[in-house]
Parts: sequence; structure tokens; C-alpha cells
Amino acid sequence: MSENPALTAPPDHATTTPVLEVRAITKSFGRVTALRDVTCAVREGEVTCVLGDNGAGKSTFIKTLSGYHAPDSGEMLIDGEPVRFSSPRDALDRGIATVYQDLAIAPLMPVWRNFFLGSEPTRLGMIRTREAKRIVVEEMAKMGISVRDPDQPIGTMSGGERQCVAIARAVYFGARVLILDEPTAALGVRQSGVVLKYVMRARERGLGVIFITHNPNHAYLVGDHFVLLKRGQTVSDMTREETTLRGLAQEMAGGAELEALEHELGRAAQTA
Amino acid sequence: MSAAAPASAPGAPPAPPPSDGDKDDRLVSVGRVRRLLMTPEVGAGSAAVLVFVGFTLVSPVFASQAGLANFLDPAATMGIMAIAVALLMIGGEFDLSTGVLTGSTALVTALAVTELNMNVWLGILLSLGFALAVGAVNGVMVHLTKLPSFIVTLGMMFVLWGLNYAVTQRLTGQVTVSGVRQYSGYDSARALFGSAVGPFQVSLVWWLLLTAVGAIVLLKSRWGNWIFALGGNSDAARAVGVPVMRVRVGLFMTTAAAAWLVGTLTVIRYGNATVTSGIGLEFYFIIAAVIGGCLLTGGAGSVIGASIGALIFGMVQQGMPLVGLPSEFFRTILGLVLLAAVLVNLWIKKRAMKVTS
Repeated sequence: MSENPALTAPPDHATTTPVLEVRAITKSFGRVTALRDVTCAVREGEVTCVLGDNGAGKSTFIKTLSGYHAPDSGEMLIDGEPVRFSSPRDALDRGIATVYQDLAIAPLMPVWRNFFLGSEPTRLGMIRTREAKRIVVEEMAKMGISVRDPDQPIGTMSGGERQCVAIARAVYFGARVLILDEPTAALGVRQSGVVLKYVMRARERGLGVIFITHNPNHAYLVGDHFVLLKRGQTVSDMTREETTLRGLAQEMAGGAELEALEHELGRAAQTA
Repeated sequence: MSAAAPASAPGAPPAPPPSDGDKDDRLVSVGRVRRLLMTPEVGAGSAAVLVFVGFTLVSPVFASQAGLANFLDPAATMGIMAIAVALLMIGGEFDLSTGVLTGSTALVTALAVTELNMNVWLGILLSLGFALAVGAVNGVMVHLTKLPSFIVTLGMMFVLWGLNYAVTQRLTGQVTVSGVRQYSGYDSARALFGSAVGPFQVSLVWWLLLTAVGAIVLLKSRWGNWIFALGGNSDAARAVGVPVMRVRVGLFMTTAAAAWLVGTLTVIRYGNATVTSGIGLEFYFIIAAVIGGCLLTGGAGSVIGASIGALIFGMVQQGMPLVGLPSEFFRTILGLVLLAAVLVNLWIKKRAMKVTS
């Protein structure tokens, strides 16, 4: 049971209202039910990990949370109030920011231009360039990354740093809930570490984080509670106290299925 | 920055750059001076200076007042187009209909004035409306169909090309529409579009003005940021709320408006319009933009660079016969300049994207 010293006590579930909550949402595409009765909540200063294998419904779940799809049934609540998002922009305006795996950046553009893209600070129609650059340096510094030159093309940054810029951007523009779509999937061990540290910073700053991943190791490092999706359904919802890394991995791989696989592979190895 | 460190071993995970201790997560820095030297404007600018000095050394008349006016004249109309084409290319699109459109707009003005006995200013405005409509059709079609703009505007180019001939022939029985000078409003229109100070044409003022406006829009306005993003990653731009369609259609309408300006400068200056004018020029505009540092893939480029590209075009075109080079080789030389510029741009891009680790 590796206790992570970075983890402070999560907020008391009994007393705080989740900043974002979905209750029993269902979403079908034609005859395929991508999500069925999925329930999940995130409070301020808390990381909710949504785990699932490929095809478990993670993408549909993210797109529903971020306003791309409207759920067929079920409820979405912000601060306990029922809401319906009409568009991703609508979700963003309500403080639900999504950072996608295929990072939304233009690689040849400077860091500061990417940071402010779509929300440029202007005076008389002109971008306040100096202010924009200063803010980028400050915001990144708050998250522990030193940007010496905001004019650097963002494509020259490492994958982890680019994720961090995308997260810093969301935080700066007033996100209350960050939805991170497999932010560590394409990264090496060390770069993943950078992003995970950054997730913890966001959590310390009081944001609710929904961290979507298929990596139980990464999830267990930062998560306060864990929602497991399988074939579009919630198969378990555990707090950190209720599970262990091994338990999580077991659960995710489907427990019995994993044992069967181990057995099968073991036998294959013997016969080879 | 351990320059001696080998590249990550094959098969290794996408490893963080080898570096000194805890500093591995900060931005890689490229010297500001080195970066300045790598900008396309500086590259194209030095080439322009080189060409100018070279021609002047061989033939000092190149730098005389008459010599300057001689190459600045074609550079100006080329430059007006290159600015708009550069913005469009930075936005990730092409427009092959621009050359023929400079002819079409001149014809629309000339035909409207002479056939409908229209005031010259009204003819010019009608022509502007026509150009903006053509640009809007190009832009909307590219945006909605997601077809390559190369194909869409190639179609538009042939549509206009045919119309230029057919409509002019049927209305006038000729291939040149002349006599615009006799109609009302011509004198005031001439002041704005066809006058000259000594040997210098008013088009020069338009060119310099538009270079300044284009550069400010691209580098300082939010529209400029959106243009870069559109060419760099249009899905990303959409995801963060950039009005992608408006930017894209706006860019096509801008190139069409620039073609209208060039068409107007021509028809007012000479008092006539001819069906063959403008054909084939679209490639020159693209060449000027590329010499100035525009990537064909979009996302990078410069308005000032494009104007310098047009300047180089004008100097080479007018300078070659002056220094005794056979002018039949003009296109060959232009092609070589283009290839050299593309190679330099490629090198710059690689340097800019290189993570020094």
C-alpha cells in the first residue's frame, strides 16, 4: 500500500456538493449503446479517475461531459443544478474544460499564441502581446515549469510540456473542472511524471479533475476515487481507501479474465 | 544542453531529452539573434539586397530614378497580390483563380462602364462586388466540401477564363474593351488608381500601405492569430472557439479583393481591359509568397516577406535585359530563385523545430 505523500485528504463527500456530477447517463448511436447508466462525480480539489479499456466508452463519456454529445437520458449537474450543454463552447463557458489527447495546438506557432488562441487579450482589436507573453510565463511558473522564451514554437516542447501548456491554459481561462483525455498515453515514463505532477498542482489549486486513462498505475498515483467503465457501464466506483493498485489493475483487466489470460499465456509459454 | 549526448537509442521509449539534473522540463532556448537571422524576412531581404547590388554594379542605371520606377512598377501589382496570397497560404489554402480574376475584374469594370454607360466609380464598385462573390464562393466551397482548395480554385480559374472570353466577345465582338476614359467619374478614379508622381505609379502607394496593413493584421490582431492557427491546425483552432469558417472564407475574399484592386489599377491606368490579361499570373503570386517564406503546408509565413518576394520578382524581371542577360531566361531564373527559397525555408523550418538537447 504505497501511500503517496502528495495526496492531501480529499474533501468530505458527505458535506460538499460535487462541482460536476452525471447521474445514470445513457448514450446510444444507432443500435450501439455506448454508455448505459453511467454515474460519476467530481468535487473541488479532487481527482476522479475514469478507467477503461479500449471500447469501454471513455471517448463517448468525455464527449458527453464536454458538450459534444447530449446524453439520451440521465442528468448532468453543475454545483447540484441540472444543466444541458448546447456545445463544447457552452461547457467551456460553464468552466468545464477538456484537454484532448491529440493536443489542440498548432506546432509552428509560438507558445504564447497557442496559449491564448481563441481568447486573445486585445485592446482596440490588437493583441496585447507583451501582456500575453508575461501571463504565459507566470501561469507556467505557477505550475512549476519555467518558460524562458514564450516566442518558442510550441512544437519544440516535449509532449509532456505541451500537455502542461494545454492544462495551464484551461486553468487560466477559469476552468473549474478539467477533463483530461489520456494525457499520459503517448508519453514516456518521465514525461508522464511531469504531467501527473501537474495534475496534482491543478488539484491543489482547487480544481476538480476527471482523469481518463487506461493505465491503473498512473491513475493510482493521483486519483481520489476511481470509476471503472466496461462496455459502456460503470462496473465499480471506489474511493482510494477502498482499493489498492493491485486491486485496481485486477479490476480493470477484469479479474477472472486476467487470471484466465495469465493461465493461457503461461501454458503457451510452456508448450513453446 | 548536452550536445555530445547521442540520440535516444532505437527501441527506447519517447525519452525525455538527456539533460542536466532537474532542468529537463524547461523550454529549450534558441538564441534571439540566431532566431532573427532565421526569419524568412531576413533571408528574402538579404537576397533582395544581393540582387539589387548585383544589377547595380553591372548596370548603374538600375539604381537611377527611372531604373527604380521601372522595377517597382511590376513589383507593386505583384506585391499587392502576394500579400493576400501569403495570408491565404499561411491559412493553409491556395487560390489559383487569382490571376484570371485580375483580368475578370478589369473586364467587369470596363464592360459595365462602356456597355451600360455607367459611372466609372459604379463600375468599380460593381466589380468589387463581383470579386467578393467569387472569393466567397471559393471559400465556402472549400470550407463545406473540404476539397483541396487547389482543385476548387482551379475550377474557378477555368470558369472565369472562359467567361472573360465569351462574355466580352458576345457583348463587344472584340477581345479588348476600350474607351473607359470617356466616361464620367474617370478623372477622380484615375487620381486614386491611375496617377503617377514622376515615373512612380500610385500602385506603389497601395502596395506599401497594404504591406503595412497586412503585416499588422497578421502579427498583431487576433485575426492574424487565427490565420496562423487555421493553417497550423484547423481542428485545434475550432476546438478553442476560433470562427474557422469566417476566417477561411474571409481569406479567399481578401485574395479576390486584392485581385479586384490590381484589375482596377490596370483598367483605370490604361483605360481598357483585355481578355488575356492576368492569365498565368497566379503562379507568380504564389512564387513571391514562397520566396518570402510561406510554407505550402500553411501555418507559417510572412506578409513583409511576400512583399520582398514581389520586389525580387520585379528586380529580376526588369534587371535581366538591363544587364545584358537574355530575358527569355526570366522564367528559368525565377524558377531557380523559387527552388533556392524553398530549400532555405525548409532548412529554417527544421532549425526552428529542432529540440536542442
